Amino acid sequence: MTTTSANFAANLESIVGASRVLTDPASCAPYAVDEKIPAAVAKPANAEEVAELIRFAALEKLAVIPCGNRTKLGIGMPPSRYNIALDITTLNRIAHYDPGDLTLGVDAGMPLAKLNAALFEHNQFLPLLVPWYSRSTIGGTIASGIDSPLRQFYGTTRDFLIGAEFADGTGKLCKSGGRVVKNVSGYDLHKLLIGSLGTLAIITRLNFRTFPSPLASRGFVASFPNAEGAVTLRRVITESPLTPLTLDIVSPELAQLFATRAPATPEVAVFAGENQALASKSLPPIGNWIRSNEWQLCAAFAGTPEVLARYERDLMRFAANSNATSTNVLDDTTRPTLWGRLRETLSMLIEFSPASLIFKISILPSHHAAVFASLRKVAADASLPHAFVARASSTIYFALLLAASDEDTSARLSPCIAQIFDFSSASGGRASLLFAPASIKRGTTVWGSPGSDLALMRRLKSAFDPQNVFSPGRFVGGI
Amino acid sequence: MNPGIVDELEKLLGSSSVLYQPEDTLLYEFDGSVEKGRPDIVVFPESTEKVSEIVKLAAKYNVPIVGRGAGTGLSGGALARTGGVMIVFARMNRILELDAENQRAVVQPGVVNYELTRAAEPHGLYFAPDPSSWKSCTIGGNVAENAGGPHTLAYGVTTNHVTALELVLPDGEIVRVGSKDGHTLGYDLTGLFVGSEGTLALISEITVKLSRKPEAVKTLLAIFDTVDDAADTVVDITARAITPSACEMLDGWTLRTVEDYIHAGFPMDSAAVLLIEVEGLTEAASEQVSAITEVCNAHHAREVRVASDNAERDLLWKGRKNAFGALGRMAPSNYVLDGVIPRSKLPQALRRIQQIGEQSGFPIGNIFHAGDGNLHPIILYDPRDAAQFERAREAAAHIIRYCVEVGGALTGEHGVGMEKSELMPLLFSDADFDLMRRIHDAFNPDSSLNPGKIFPLNKGCGEIRVRKHVGAIAVHL
Repeated sequence: MTTTSANFAANLESIVGASRVLTDPASCAPYAVDEKIPAAVAKPANAEEVAELIRFAALEKLAVIPCGNRTKLGIGMPPSRYNIALDITTLNRIAHYDPGDLTLGVDAGMPLAKLNAALFEHNQFLPLLVPWYSRSTIGGTIASGIDSPLRQFYGTTRDFLIGAEFADGTGKLCKSGGRVVKNVSGYDLHKLLIGSLGTLAIITRLNFRTFPSPLASRGFVASFPNAEGAVTLRRVITESPLTPLTLDIVSPELAQLFATRAPATPEVAVFAGENQALASKSLPPIGNWIRSNEWQLCAAFAGTPEVLARYERDLMRFAANSNATSTNVLDDTTRPTLWGRLRETLSMLIEFSPASLIFKISILPSHHAAVFASLRKVAADASLPHAFVARASSTIYFALLLAASDEDTSARLSPCIAQIFDFSSASGGRASLLFAPASIKRGTTVWGSPGSDLALMRRLKSAFDPQNVFSPGRFVGGI
Repeated sequence: MNPGIVDELEKLLGSSSVLYQPEDTLLYEFDGSVEKGRPDIVVFPESTEKVSEIVKLAAKYNVPIVGRGAGTGLSGGALARTGGVMIVFARMNRILELDAENQRAVVQPGVVNYELTRAAEPHGLYFAPDPSSWKSCTIGGNVAENAGGPHTLAYGVTTNHVTALELVLPDGEIVRVGSKDGHTLGYDLTGLFVGSEGTLALISEITVKLSRKPEAVKTLLAIFDTVDDAADTVVDITARAITPSACEMLDGWTLRTVEDYIHAGFPMDSAAVLLIEVEGLTEAASEQVSAITEVCNAHHAREVRVASDNAERDLLWKGRKNAFGALGRMAPSNYVLDGVIPRSKLPQALRRIQQIGEQSGFPIGNIFHAGDGNLHPIILYDPRDAAQFERAREAAAHIIRYCVEVGGALTGEHGVGMEKSELMPLLFSDADFDLMRRIHDAFNPDSSLNPGKIFPLNKGCGEIRVRKHVGAIAVHL
């Protein structure tokens, strides 16, 4: 350790105590972001300590990257500077929960699975079935902007995050929104924190509206020999009075992966009726009901027995009209095996092929069939295996599956990345490279070409973080 | 008057699109709130480019600008607090695109809320935010204030339905934020600008989500002999996790006034009614009707009626949505408040409001979005009696303070505007204001856009720098 870093470690210790500061390289290594290892890790115990750490970092011109359980730190560009990892997992209490009002305030470091376990006691939950579910913190879920298959019905976090408390780049504790479900007092700054990758503020607390957890639910899977069948059925469903909780199209290659593998993370019972005993085990194999060489349209739905019967009846009829090769209704025993995999798609892809490139492509559903074809062509031209899911009629997660990256594959990948960015924007959508090895990221930009709103984003960044303390270089346009 | 700016505006827009005579600008002195603020000049652009040119001219003459839709706002958001140029979007009222397959519409800010729903209806779609003024208010105004309405209980407020905006910045630059599909690469600027009350940029085009009309809609009228029973029913519906699409309360005083005028069928001798709507699949709606009826009965409802047809349903809603008009028959003016409380605190909040009314000598009626804890107490007063108006304001501030004390908010859907700028410190600290100020200044550094809104005028930190009026036109202030 250099003299300077020894000094600054002493300063960190004076703020949070010696037991909450790590400085030896081996302890700091797990906090690496794109292979860059911080000189120190600080674990503040409360919001005031967070603010004091930021004031110190601003004074010393040090760069800080906040983290929870570090499952999604790979999102974004490699940081241009990185001195201190701010581990917020010690901030992990439920601050207030009013089940009668369906509102909740929770510290940012609270694990999502633990939070939902507390809510389930009141038959409520946060509809965030995100990847790395059993490890993710609520703060990391918000800051990474990661989404969940349930967004089809419940919307994204922007629709149910009702307030936040955070430290800005000057080390002051600020808040926006509040604790009630309807509120237009002041600017909605908490929405800006969603997906901001820790570049605007350090989130210390988040307020949500909670939702009644679905009492009885079923899954539905229809298989098709081609993408068009699945896309057509999806359109029929969205134009019908049915409002499924999830609606995903799974490519044949992903179905194959689902059929042969299970996510590494332990399974967590999410809905009422699911086997709680499964909670700490890994997911059982998927049943032979999935036609793994075909396209799958997967939907989940919930309600009373009459409502469930209506869904089954309508979905079966729609699927028959769309020439599905097989259809299956999944109950509480079979459904989790597929929905656990749908939730964990991103973590499974990375476990399966650690050097994978995973793109997030947001595009209107009317363009999906064409985009599917373009994506497959890109992969075929580069002779690369691929897999993808199109989620909630909106976002496509597309993976080029690579076991390892070397110079040769890097060279092959550059044109693929450019093509995907190009045809996404040509269809009015936007693509970003969500996960990729650091070596690939250094040679490209994961954000594609910036939009005309980049200048406004820079102004916002300066307003929140005038000295550029937070996560420098990771965000859009080098923010 | 500095003749330069009027001449240049007339040259840009034509003389029929520029008003500056006091008798003309007087009409733009009010909105739906109790505030006042007269613009010096009112202009009616027909395109984004013209809006940009107007903004550049205003900058050249160092004159503030305020945007305005239909002027139905309830917090003074669309009033010219410090005079200047008011841009009225009434002539930018075209639906530019209606994409039924992707459930999106692109509209100009002057499109009337209800007109969009009418245009979408043939496709089985509608625009979900439905403020009471939906037949006259504009989508631009809805976006500026992040407007709500009865059905936001299940479907969310305006911000949940906006995916992209075209903005005109104070220097005239035109910028697009967000995207049609709704995903943002980078910060959620759309989420910041919606509800920023015209203090960061002018909104010149809006992309919204359209929602699919439900298969079944059931409207219930639950009649109660005490306000407490009605309030307890709402608490219990929420606690049992039943999610109606709307859950509105009218207390006895209000419903009698409304019934006299609308004849919606509200029983004149009841203490409160709940107007509850459920939507969805036929099977789900009937199940919810039984569940809600059960809760109402458990709390001693005198009767629960289910509207038998659309005509009956429309009449019930007419009673709700035109209530404020009906109240106009009772007093020269009414002051509609807007506060939010945690829903579990509804019964005590209604008792406290009644107490405040008694103490301040005003009968206070309540007609509001009970399901999301969004209170709208109504104070009847005579604006010609200055002392009475002051007392009404004091009673209002009292109620809003109470909302904040029990963990609620200053405003649920009307906005801060001029009305509540001085109450903002109840919720926000100096550090909060510092940050909001820096964000304000990042987009609107000279406070040329809608000055004197949201931020308290007396807040130290280089607060809204109110600009001077244009020469002689300033006389009226």
